Amino acid sequence: MTVDLSGARPPVLVDTTLRDGSHAHQHQYTVEEVRTVAELLDQAGVYAIEVSHGDGLGGSSLQYGFSRTDEMELIRTVRETVRRARVAALLLPGIGTRKELKEAVEAGIQIVRIATQCTEADISEQHFTMAKEMGLEVVGFLMMSHMRSPDFLAEQALLMESYGADVVYIVDSAGAMLPQDAYDRVKALKAVLKQAKVGFHAHNNLGLAIGNTLAALAAGADWIDGALRGYGAGAGNAPTELLAAVLDKIGLNPGLDLFKLLDGAKYVMGPILHFQPYPDRDSIAIGYAGVYSTFLLHAKRIGKEVGVDPLEILLELGRRQAVAGQEDWILRVALELKQSKAQAL
Amino acid sequence: MEKVKVAILGSGNIGTDLMYKLLKDPGHMELAALVGIDPNSEGLARARSLGVEVSYEGIAYILARPEIRIVFDATSAKAHVRHAKLLRDAGRIAIDLTPAARGPYVVPPVNLKAHLDKDNVNLITCGGQATIPLVYAVHRVAPVLYAEMVSTVASRSAGPGTRQNIDEFTFTTARGLEAIGGAKRGKAIIILNPAEPPIVMTNTVRVIPEDEDFDLEAVVHSVRSMEAEVQAYVPGYRLKSDPVLERLPTPWGERSVVSMLLEVEGAGDFLPKYAGNLDIMTASARRVGEAFAQHLLGKGQNEVVV
Repeated sequence: MTVDLSGARPPVLVDTTLRDGSHAHQHQYTVEEVRTVAELLDQAGVYAIEVSHGDGLGGSSLQYGFSRTDEMELIRTVRETVRRARVAALLLPGIGTRKELKEAVEAGIQIVRIATQCTEADISEQHFTMAKEMGLEVVGFLMMSHMRSPDFLAEQALLMESYGADVVYIVDSAGAMLPQDAYDRVKALKAVLKQAKVGFHAHNNLGLAIGNTLAALAAGADWIDGALRGYGAGAGNAPTELLAAVLDKIGLNPGLDLFKLLDGAKYVMGPILHFQPYPDRDSIAIGYAGVYSTFLLHAKRIGKEVGVDPLEILLELGRRQAVAGQEDWILRVALELKQSKAQAL
Repeated sequence: MEKVKVAILGSGNIGTDLMYKLLKDPGHMELAALVGIDPNSEGLARARSLGVEVSYEGIAYILARPEIRIVFDATSAKAHVRHAKLLRDAGRIAIDLTPAARGPYVVPPVNLKAHLDKDNVNLITCGGQATIPLVYAVHRVAPVLYAEMVSTVASRSAGPGTRQNIDEFTFTTARGLEAIGGAKRGKAIIILNPAEPPIVMTNTVRVIPEDEDFDLEAVVHSVRSMEAEVQAYVPGYRLKSDPVLERLPTPWGERSVVSMLLEVEGAGDFLPKYAGNLDIMTASARRVGEAFAQHLLGKGQNEVVV
């Protein structure tokens, strides 16, 4: 890999502070917080603002945490606030359904990002079909893409393209990729997709969110994701304000107002944050073990309740090849680890 | 022993596994035929090798044979909509393993005998068969405000029917948690896990009782006895531990949540053992078929013993 960005074009930037950040915020966003953030992002020139429960439409549950505010109300709030930016939501088939998708369209989304485990693209056909029929811009998300080879992912991306995807993302849900991994995966998709664009979504568990995003751009990625202050699951995402600075320096700024973002990240987002995500002990373990970033806060809570080190829980979940959305395995594994310890004594 | 002739419609994985179960433990049923639509199907070849009569004429074969009284439909929701009407007009009993749900939902340990007078019953979904008994077990001692189930199944055990209709799984299962489990509100989540070797079906059931002062001991006792009831027909059905109590934030304030961690390992009759999700469907179907067979042989609703 050479990080040669001479052929790269300014990417489409989607900000996911109000969706991936919902994990860090434990799904407690208020209408007021969402309005303030959306206003800032809209003025700063992002292409789209993603807003929904962190686990996508219909994610409000005991499994993932209940939303404080109905996500449809949050979507309506963003739609009413923006002047330029498009409004997006995430949907994970198996969690959310076409029913919530329809409600979200009525609430104002123009883009839906349909996410499956990177091996299971064929569960999303009915959702792509409906989204296209409803006139949405439709994006496919291959979650936990570090778990499969570039060639395998290319096959799955082709399936999504055949269902109507306008863009297919390599999603590093576990923040487990190294720059070469991101590069090779994006490259493989670019090589096979006929019309669909290619995107990259980073997590910072190994401190590589920006680096991997640059590698993805070098491989030809057309769309990238950021979140203010990197506010997202695990150690968070690529910080939008930091992406703006980096892209601007290499001449790939897609029209973002860097200083507005820098001010907004500090003065608007700063007071909203529950905490500043960064690669702490447990987040690094997530990236290292290759488990879903959203397990972080659940593992910390359950580890404390059951009396097991969250790090051990996360490593074991990696060994078991847990996938996106399997938060319920955390308690299962914690109880088993506790039991095996008791037996060892 | 007097027996009732039954047939299986659908020669895919589910139909084939059910055939093995009916041959192993026929009870008051006699498997008259395995019926498909593809002469080259692997399921029909297996049936032939086991000495079971086969046909690739689909529903027409069954309609031409009035001696077949009970039909297990393991085709697809779309096909069953058509079959349901034809079977009803022909006076046959349909046990529907598809998500078509033309007849009432049946979960054997909860309401097996409630619908023996009907001509079509539906088995909801695999996740429903696994988790509704546990929700009901809580509900009968501590009425349930909210029930949520998460089923994780091996990718290899999810066929094209499930994959193309995943929303139907969540809708139907959630409705089952309410209608049969007793929850005021139900939510269902399904996850496909591609790990190799494949994982055994796991289910997590979480319920919020309406009344905070429920009797946890009674809940544990009720849930454990339900586990034993299901084990009678799905030996690989087991809770990892007693129900776990957690305090969690909910739309109804901080509440006590009862979490039940369930594994369902299949019997391995035909399908691999990890496919507990498919095994519980065919095992439930066999049990429902047996109850109908006894009823047709003259046993009253309360005399049926399965």
